[in-house]
Amino acid sequence: MKAIRILSRNIRDSFKSVFRNFSLSLASISCITITLVVVALSIVLSFNVNNFTDMVEKDVTIVTFLKVDIDEAGREAVLTELKKLDNIEKISFESKMAIADEMMEANETYKNIMSDWNEETSPLQDTYLVKVKDIEQIEATANQIKKINGVDIIKYGEGMVEKLVSTFDLIHKICYGIVAALILVTAFLITNTIKITIFSRKREIEIMRLVGASNLNIKIPFIFEGLFLGILGSIIPIAATIYGYAAIYDRMGGQVFSSIIKLVKPTPFVYEISVILVGIGMIVGMFGSWQAVRKYLKI
Amino acid sequence: MNLIVMQGVNKRYKNGVNAIQDLNLTIEKGDFVFVIGSTGCGKSTLIKMLYREEKPTKGKIVVGGLDVAKLRNSKVYKLRRKIGVVFQDFKLLPKSTVFENVAFALEVLGLPKDEIYHKVIKVLELVGLKHKAKNYPNQLSGGEQQRVAIARAIVNGPKLLICDEPTGNLDENTSMEIMTVLEAINKLGTTIIMVTHDRTIVKKMQKRTILLDSGRILKDYKKGKYVDESNKNTK
Ligand SMILES: Nc1ncnc2c1ncn2[C@@H]1O[C@H](COP(=O)(O)OP(=O)(O)OP(=O)(O)O)[C@@H](O)[C@H]1O
Ligand SMILES: [Mg+2]
Repeated sequence: MKAIRILSRNIRDSFKSVFRNFSLSLASISCITITLVVVALSIVLSFNVNNFTDMVEKDVTIVTFLKVDIDEAGREAVLTELKKLDNIEKISFESKMAIADEMMEANETYKNIMSDWNEETSPLQDTYLVKVKDIEQIEATANQIKKINGVDIIKYGEGMVEKLVSTFDLIHKICYGIVAALILVTAFLITNTIKITIFSRKREIEIMRLVGASNLNIKIPFIFEGLFLGILGSIIPIAATIYGYAAIYDRMGGQVFSSIIKLVKPTPFVYEISVILVGIGMIVGMFGSWQAVRKYLKI
Repeated sequence: MNLIVMQGVNKRYKNGVNAIQDLNLTIEKGDFVFVIGSTGCGKSTLIKMLYREEKPTKGKIVVGGLDVAKLRNSKVYKLRRKIGVVFQDFKLLPKSTVFENVAFALEVLGLPKDEIYHKVIKVLELVGLKHKAKNYPNQLSGGEQQRVAIARAIVNGPKLLICDEPTGNLDENTSMEIMTVLEAINKLGTTIIMVTHDRTIVKKMQKRTILLDSGRILKDYKKGKYVDESNKNTK
C-alpha cells in the first residue's frame, strides 16, 4: 500500500516535471526523435535488403545439362548422385521435349524449326534444375555436379549472384552497426541533456535527501521521466515510419527495379518497427535518466 | 542518555584542509546546544557529519544509536528520517505552496493523504503559519519562510533538529521569533543543535554552548554559564 502510494506519486510528479521543465524536456525529446528516425531508416533498409537476399537466394538454380545421348538409366544414375550431395534443396527434371514445347510456345519461329524434332533427333538436352540450400557454397556444389558421370555442362549465376548477396549482406551489417552506434551516442546525449535538467532540480533532490527519501525513491521519478521522454520522442519517428513507408511502398508499386526484387509489405512490418522504436526510446530514456541522477546521489 | 556521541573525530577535506581535529563530544537527549566560533572554524563541517552529508576521516560518530561513520550511502535516508535539518537559506521549493513544502517530507515516506494533512496542519499551527498554508514561499517574509523550513524539518517528529545559522538572513526581532519557535520545539522533547554567529542570541538564551576554534573545541560552556569573551582581546 505504502509502496503503491509512493509509486503513484512518483509517476504523477515525473509526468508533471516533463511539462514543467518543457524546454529542457524538448531538448531530450528531439535528441531521441532524431536518433529514432535514423534507426527507423536503418531498420527499413536492412529488413528490405534481407528480404531481397532471401528472394534472390530462392531463385538461384544450377541448371544441369545432361549428355545428349543419355538414356533412362543414365538419368536415374545422375539423380542418385545429385541426391547424395548435401547442399541441395530441391531437384526437378525437365526433359528435352518439355523444353522444346516451352520454346515453341513462346516463339513462332522456333515452332517452325522445332515442330518435327523428336526424342532422337532433338539437339536439346535433358536438364535437372538444382536448387541449393546455401548460396555461399554454390560454387563448390556446382563443381561436384560437374564431375558426375552423364553431366555435360552446368550453368548458374556465375559470380553475379554471390556478389549481389554479399553486397546485401554488407549493407545489412552496416545498418546494424549504425543502429548500435546511434543508440550508444543517444544514450550519452540523453544522459547529458537530462543532467542539465537535473542540475536545475538539484535543490529538489537535495531536499528529498534531506527529508529522508531513499535513493531509489529519488531515482524512480527521474527514471519515469526518462521513460516519458522516450515515448514522446518516438511519436514522430513512428508516424513517419507508418505513413512514410506506406507511401514509398505505394509509389514504387512494392518493388525495386523489377518484379524480382520486392519490398517488404507495410503491414505488419511498420507496426513491428514501431514497437522496436518505442522500445528503444523507452530504454534509452530510462538509462539516460538513471545515469544522470546517479551523480547527485553520492556523497 | 546520550543522543550524540563523537569520539576522536577528524575531518580532512580532499583539498587538504583539516576542518575538524580530535573532537570528542557528547550531547544528551532533550538538550539545546549552540555551536559558535569564527568563520571557517568547522561549525558546518561538524554538523554535516551528524546528518551524514560528510563522512569523518577518522573517529566514531553515533547519532540516536546509528553508527553514522559506517552508514552506507544507500542507507543514509534511515538517519535522515530521525533528524530534521534547517539552513540559513531555507531551501524551500519555490513552485510549491507552504502546505506542499511541508507535506513533501511526509509524501516521500509514503504516508496516507489524510494523515499527511493532519500532521502538516498541526505543525503549521505550532510555527504559527496555518493561515499561510496556501501561500508560495516568495509571498512570505524571511522569518516566515524559515518557520516553514522548521515545520518541514520537524513534521515527522524527529529526535534531533540541526540548524545551520537559521537566523543568518534575518533581522534581530525576526531572529528572536525563530528562537521562540525553536525553544518551544525543544520543550516538546526534540534535541536541538544550532550553529550561529549571533552572540546576542547565545547570550540571551543561556544554553549549553560549544566554542570551536580551528576544528577543535576551545570551550564548552554549561547551561547558564555563557559569557561573551570574543571582544576581550580587542578591548
Ligand atoms: N566541501 C569542502 N571542501 C573543501 N574544504 C571545505 C569544504 N567545506 C568546508 N571546507 C573548509 O573547511 C573549513 C571549515 O569549513 P566550515 O564550512 O565547516 O566552516 P564554518 O565554521 O561553518 O564557517 P562559516 O561560519 O563561514 O559558515 C574551512 O576552511 C573551509 O574552507
Ligand atoms: Mg558554516
